Amino acid sequence: MAEVEETLKRIQSHKGVVGLIVVNAEGIPIRTTLDNSTTVQYAGLLHQLSMKARSTVRDIDPQNDLTFLRIRSKKHEIMVAPDREYLLIVIQNPSE
Amino acid sequence: MLPRKLSIKPRQSISVSQGQALKLGSQKYLKGASKRKEDDDSVEVGEGLDEWAQHKTLIKPLDQLELTEAELKEEFTRVLTANNPHAPQNIVRYSFKERTYKQISMVDQLAVHFSLEGHMLHKDSDEARRQRAKMGYVEETLPVEASVVEFEDIEEQLETTAESMEIDAVEPVEVIDVAAKGKKEQKLTNQFNFSERASQTYNNPSRDRGSQTKAPPRTTFSGSVNQWEIYDAYVKEIQLQEKAKEKQKPSTKKEETIRKKLVALEYQGDDLTRVSKSSKIVERMVNQNIFDDIAQDFKYFEDMSDEFRDQEGTLLPLWKFQHEKAKRLAVTAICWNPRYNDLFAVGHGSYDFLKQGQGMLLLYSMKNPSFPEFIFGTDSGIMCLDIHQEHPYILAVGFYDGNVAIYNLKKPSSHANYMSSSSAGKHTDPVWQVKWQKNDMDNNLNFYSLSSDGRVVSWTLIKNELVYTDIIHMTVEGTTTDKPEALRLHVIGCGTSFAFHKQKDYLFLVGTEEGKIHKCSKAYSSHFLETFNAHNMTVDAVRWNPFHLKIFVSCSSDWTVKIWDHTMSTPVFTFDLNAAVGDVAWAPYSSTVFAAVTTDGKVHVFDLSINKYEAICVQAVVAKKKTKPTHLEFNPIYPIIIIGDDRGQVTSLKLSPNLRKFPKEKKGQEVQRGPAYEIAKLDRLLNLVREPSSTETK
Repeated sequence: MAEVEETLKRIQSHKGVVGLIVVNAEGIPIRTTLDNSTTVQYAGLLHQLSMKARSTVRDIDPQNDLTFLRIRSKKHEIMVAPDREYLLIVIQNPSE
Repeated sequence: MLPRKLSIKPRQSISVSQGQALKLGSQKYLKGASKRKEDDDSVEVGEGLDEWAQHKTLIKPLDQLELTEAELKEEFTRVLTANNPHAPQNIVRYSFKERTYKQISMVDQLAVHFSLEGHMLHKDSDEARRQRAKMGYVEETLPVEASVVEFEDIEEQLETTAESMEIDAVEPVEVIDVAAKGKKEQKLTNQFNFSERASQTYNNPSRDRGSQTKAPPRTTFSGSVNQWEIYDAYVKEIQLQEKAKEKQKPSTKKEETIRKKLVALEYQGDDLTRVSKSSKIVERMVNQNIFDDIAQDFKYFEDMSDEFRDQEGTLLPLWKFQHEKAKRLAVTAICWNPRYNDLFAVGHGSYDFLKQGQGMLLLYSMKNPSFPEFIFGTDSGIMCLDIHQEHPYILAVGFYDGNVAIYNLKKPSSHANYMSSSSAGKHTDPVWQVKWQKNDMDNNLNFYSLSSDGRVVSWTLIKNELVYTDIIHMTVEGTTTDKPEALRLHVIGCGTSFAFHKQKDYLFLVGTEEGKIHKCSKAYSSHFLETFNAHNMTVDAVRWNPFHLKIFVSCSSDWTVKIWDHTMSTPVFTFDLNAAVGDVAWAPYSSTVFAAVTTDGKVHVFDLSINKYEAICVQAVVAKKKTKPTHLEFNPIYPIIIIGDDRGQVTSLKLSPNLRKFPKEKKGQEVQRGPAYEIAKLDRLLNLVREPSSTETK
């Protein structure tokens, strides 16, 4: 438990990391480092997107599963790691 | 005679049972019988037939069989039975009593072939009399007339009778008449009298009954289903079935309950534990983004300038691994994981024997250079470590205080899983090297350790306990016998490094503090097979060549690196590096390439096939002048080396193409690679060196 906490802290302290959000299965953010409105927006949209991505992967092969989702944008890179029920979202600015 | 109605009851009928009927066709043979019934019409006809048949005996049908005299005389016995062959045998009647159709066993066998009602009647028979009674007067008058005639005859004969007598004579006739009339009134009893009686009853009135119930509740389901949702449902079903099967076994029940409890406990804990795996992945991804340029270099960068530099190569620094808690601790041991090529273990301790303290065992992954994957704190400084070849999660560690320990990465704990104790044969001096061996006869894990207390000890893990066996007690040869007892204090030989032969299990080399290298066997505990007077100072490392089984390299603080053939007492090559050499290692890809680190902060990379006298790459690898690199190790797969220094930092460096040269591909020639080629390559070199030396001695 404490180990996870430490890992999350470490991720946050890394260079260029803008924010970190943990989202539960319903798409509700349960931990965030961003402000409220941004968090809700990210959580809602990325939850949908990752569900869609997962559905796509699994539709192609039901034994397969989504393990990681990286979205590279002009400004940021959004990393989405779906664990069993939770969704870990990290937004990083790689050029920083 | 008056016409009268004759109802003749008994029929003149010939009722012949079937057996006789059969004979009808052949009645010609039964003449006697037919003649007896001459008055019968049918018989008459039969007789006629007979005559006709006799007439035609001469004409034979065309297909008639020609029979011999004997055959014709042959008798055939025929048995007549009273059964009617045409009588039905399968008549069933419905039995109301039993409510089933029942077969009738009794079947009438009577067959009627001819019947004819006659019109004659015997006068005295009952029937005739009855008819007479029916006809009444007509019948009676006739006899009366006759009697009158008779009476007249009598009158004529007697002549005495009076008229009154006549009346008297008539009277009885009348009486008879009356009697006849009375008879007429009597009802005839008919024994075949049949009466049919019937009665009609009321039909039961039919009645309909019905009741209405509440309609079953209905709900509408709708949803879209994906292929994977169906798959998941099936998987779930299978798991449930398996669970049900497991439940049948009572022994597993307890385990399950424990598991359930554990699960429950986990869920009670912080929800964040569920992202533990993904958080690790994300951390690696973040690091990948941060060190993107290094990752690109690691994968793709090949130093183009090598082509213009002839033979020399360079080292490109990549990631630097450092942990805050291990900043002041020197790297005393590094070891790549044999299975996971990105993972390596680092032992932290101190080579300064006045400043000993805690140690640290860290495992880094190249995927996450910013933070170690595993961290273990130790009470004493680590001096050496080794990862098991077959179980890449098991580490053996040797400590400064003489203890050895085993760490299991699969069982997370902050302490060693197994540790030697002072009561069970621990070393009394720092453990300089540990090395895993093949599992023993009982398949127990075992490793060797070497310490400066002069012992080589074999440790076997038996049932959670480290059991030790002393292999060798080292003594400094030649000093024990001819010196007085007071000086015997120094007889202990201090081993500082050892190396096990790849093929010959029993053979190993031990480098000592005095600069000697002993060739030892596991079979002899206090006797060396051979001793090389190798160096003038401590032998820091001894390593066998990974390809050529006779060759090994040694390095020492006396600034030299020497390459030996273990069958010869003098070194094949000697290199002076102008500084104490901390470590030397063979490259895993070539038999002629090795690298050494010196305390002046430099790495020397040699390729004997290119240059037998000088290193092809000498490069300073530490940032500050004071830091000394201590150990170095080649990655088994990737062209990189890692170097640990006494400031607790590990640097990874990529070897430029010149440092890992392979023979150039020539047209029409197969590319020579593989261990055989590597051995040959080194052998060629060795021959070059040996021949001039041998000619010199001659």
